[in-house]
Amino acid sequence: MSDDTINLTVDGKSLTAKRGQMLIEVTDAAGIDVPRFCYHKKLSVAANCRMCLVEVEKAPKPLPACATPVMPDMVVRTASKIARDAQKGTMEFLLINHPLDCPICDQGGECELQDVAMGYGNGASQYTEGKRVVFDKYIGPLIATEMTRCIHCTRCVRFGEEIAGIRELGATGRGENVRIGTYIEKSVVSEVSGNVIDICPVGALTARPSRYTARSWELQQQPSVSPHDSVGSNVFVHMDGSTINRVIPRENESINEVWIADRDRFSYQGLNNQDRLQSPMVRVDGELQPCDWPTALSTAAKLLRAEGQDSSDLGVLVSPSITVEELYLTQKLARALGTNNVDHRLGQLDFSAQDSAPVMPWLGMQLNDLETLDAALLIGSNIRKDQPIAALRLRKSALKGGAISFINPRQFPLHFEASVSIATRYDNMVSELYCVARAAGADVGSMADAPQLDPNDQHQSIADSLQNGERAAVMLGNICVQHPAYAQLQYLANAVANATGATLGMLPERSNTAGAWLAGAVPHRAAGGNALSGSAAAGKNALQMLDEPMKAYLLVGCEIEFDAARPAYASKALDSADGVVAISAYMSEGLSRCADVVLPAATFTETFGTYVNATGAWQSAKGTTSPPGDARPAWKVFRVLAQELELDGFGFDSPEAVTKELQSHCGSVTLSNLATFDNVPAFYAPSSETLLRAGETPIYATDPIVRRSQPLQKSMDGKQAFAIMSQTQAATLSVADGDQVSVQQNGSAVSLPAKVDNSIPDGCVWVPTGLPETQALGELFGTIKVSKV
Amino acid sequence: MSSVPADVILPAPESVLNAHSIEEIEEWMTRFPDNQKQSAVLAALSIAQHQNQGWLSTELMDAVAAKLHMPPIAVYEVASFYSMFETTPVGRNCVAICTNISCMLMGSDTIVNHVENKYGIKLGDSTEDGRIYLKVEEECLAACSGGPMMQVNHVYHTNLTPESVDEILDALE
Repeated sequence: MSDDTINLTVDGKSLTAKRGQMLIEVTDAAGIDVPRFCYHKKLSVAANCRMCLVEVEKAPKPLPACATPVMPDMVVRTASKIARDAQKGTMEFLLINHPLDCPICDQGGECELQDVAMGYGNGASQYTEGKRVVFDKYIGPLIATEMTRCIHCTRCVRFGEEIAGIRELGATGRGENVRIGTYIEKSVVSEVSGNVIDICPVGALTARPSRYTARSWELQQQPSVSPHDSVGSNVFVHMDGSTINRVIPRENESINEVWIADRDRFSYQGLNNQDRLQSPMVRVDGELQPCDWPTALSTAAKLLRAEGQDSSDLGVLVSPSITVEELYLTQKLARALGTNNVDHRLGQLDFSAQDSAPVMPWLGMQLNDLETLDAALLIGSNIRKDQPIAALRLRKSALKGGAISFINPRQFPLHFEASVSIATRYDNMVSELYCVARAAGADVGSMADAPQLDPNDQHQSIADSLQNGERAAVMLGNICVQHPAYAQLQYLANAVANATGATLGMLPERSNTAGAWLAGAVPHRAAGGNALSGSAAAGKNALQMLDEPMKAYLLVGCEIEFDAARPAYASKALDSADGVVAISAYMSEGLSRCADVVLPAATFTETFGTYVNATGAWQSAKGTTSPPGDARPAWKVFRVLAQELELDGFGFDSPEAVTKELQSHCGSVTLSNLATFDNVPAFYAPSSETLLRAGETPIYATDPIVRRSQPLQKSMDGKQAFAIMSQTQAATLSVADGDQVSVQQNGSAVSLPAKVDNSIPDGCVWVPTGLPETQALGELFGTIKVSKV
Repeated sequence: MSSVPADVILPAPESVLNAHSIEEIEEWMTRFPDNQKQSAVLAALSIAQHQNQGWLSTELMDAVAAKLHMPPIAVYEVASFYSMFETTPVGRNCVAICTNISCMLMGSDTIVNHVENKYGIKLGDSTEDGRIYLKVEEECLAACSGGPMMQVNHVYHTNLTPESVDEILDALE
């Protein structure tokens, strides 16, 4: 037996435990039930509820199991008279002020207080005095509060401080007047705030969107996978009959631990939106009219293979947020129709390094490795909002002393302290990274036109941290993908990783970005990253397909006006096309204007589908609800569409068969992000413009489902339609906070309220994409004009 | 201890706290190690309260949070916990009559009744003209040998009688 292991006796059973473990961890592992409220395995020990009191031999009084370290030969009784009396006494105190309004409480039936009161409570209270009442404060559209029910376990407070990294809730007041809350009326801003709903042991914090809509015992639980970011958080979907009542986390230590982001939790509110397509539609006399499937399919087939239309006149654009089966079928159909014009990289501007790209972008490590990094450099990443659950892991590295640095086009609010955080105008990011590469001693001499740039202390410090860190990583985030110098950033990140020995990682942009690459939804590679059949030339990429209008388009799952790199051009291209066929779950303003045929598809929770996450894990989820009206799972739509087009190879009898076929192409895939660049990109010189646009796709604008989730849109992160600029920039433009400004780009203009925020570098204005308010504009990073209205 | 969440925009301390307060808070901050400046929060709040006629506005607490790099909620917690901090406006003269056991035995009830009747307010209230705040004293003020006693603006007055109380209170500005 090692020195670390000790023996103890609990309730007459001999147990072994590690020195330093708390008693409750040992009893939990042994399946011995000890009641508790404030203890949570992922949070620090508070020992303030006193519910887990147990009898320990030789201790003068009962001890809290959550805060008592195990000792050699300890003898513990969890259900002796002393222990039970203590537990029952605590229970009685906890119930003094609790309203016992279980019949109208959403937590009823899944409430820890209710459960424990059943076992340890008394039938009647001896307390005849008045109960405490706490008036509620509004803390946002996601979490409903009923603080009279609160038992002050402080789990939510500790979650904010320890996990989310934003201390928003606190215990104010004293003694009987303690209240858990925000003190002032404010909405909570954390992107993972919804987790307090799960950890609250009573009904004080409940989900606002599903409030008063169902009793927990009437709900059916089905496992699923969240389709909103490349973490692929595991969730349970709770259904009330055939409608989704709520989504909660499904524990998976290697993916999302026990947490999910608010986006994963509340996106389902967008599923039954009024935009959901109930039946196929065909354009008749300039108007989209509902029709039957045969009519829609035959019209679609005619448009995709119209007379006088070459196969190269067809462009196929597909969303990386749909299932890998759908992505695979999309590219299979495109290629069966004789074109390689298929792409999922809708928001990308620079494709020049696509041949050097790995088979799929991936993290370069497992998600839990993010917790133990000694150093990391994140380039163009708002990881906190783009991959919230991965960011929680990365935060743990930072708290342990890991040097986490950033090169970003803006100082993003973080939930940990960055080692070095370079926020520069986007066109300068390449120069900054170049300096880090130089500081790391990387060989970047082959980059043409590189100016003489010398690293400063910041660059040196980043390079040193990566070099000295045993576990170090260089990561490219979502913003890189939309950056006009993506190739240069990739090349330099490669160089830095090579020179420092750090792992190169990519944070895939969307839930199935990795899957889309594997499925072959790119114009230059077939499924599994294989070469195109024959010696076919690469097709057009997404930008080319939309910049130079094509005759016909097939859109699968995307909303071009929000997803495209240059929304204004994209909308024009679709408007001028002869035929636009869309397979989509939702009607959108763009589709209603440009589509000639719309085929309604099933979406998240309505069909079997697989998502390939950032670590390359294939996670499948079954359909748990039926699609509305005549909508059908997309794999079936592809089957009948292919039949209509007389194409072979689409006769799948189940979506699993599609997965199998794709997997047969992916057998030899090895994951790596380090690439050899046959053509070293030339240096990207900063622009001489005095004003540029920068931005991002905000957290609640990433895919059609979250765009329609009202609770998310109403939350703080949902309100992003601003022209944000620094104080200095605002002064230069003679604009004040709150002024309405006209933002002009590529010949179109929109009007937005100005917001002053010094996290934006001077010389640029932050205007996000993916929003209805900015869809008339051009690329996310480019020239712009801003003037006061 | 987490620092100020980056999403929270706090006022610049200098825009809310006056130069004298800042100077005093900074002096307190020198007494603690670099990574434990938040230990100065009690002193800082009491300095802030002084500059604001005896009560702490949210803005003042936010300024203290910014000065000490604390999440504002952590400052609200401290301010709402301790009875010497007021988080709502109160009268400018703080009158705290001790009602703890020794003073009670010596007749503090009579003194409280007298003062309540004199101003027509209850313990915990302020007079309408904002001159007197009758603070509820939570704890023994440790002057039992002179009970009944009260503390007026940090000054102890012992062996009170209704007459001596009148004299003291009438002299307040």
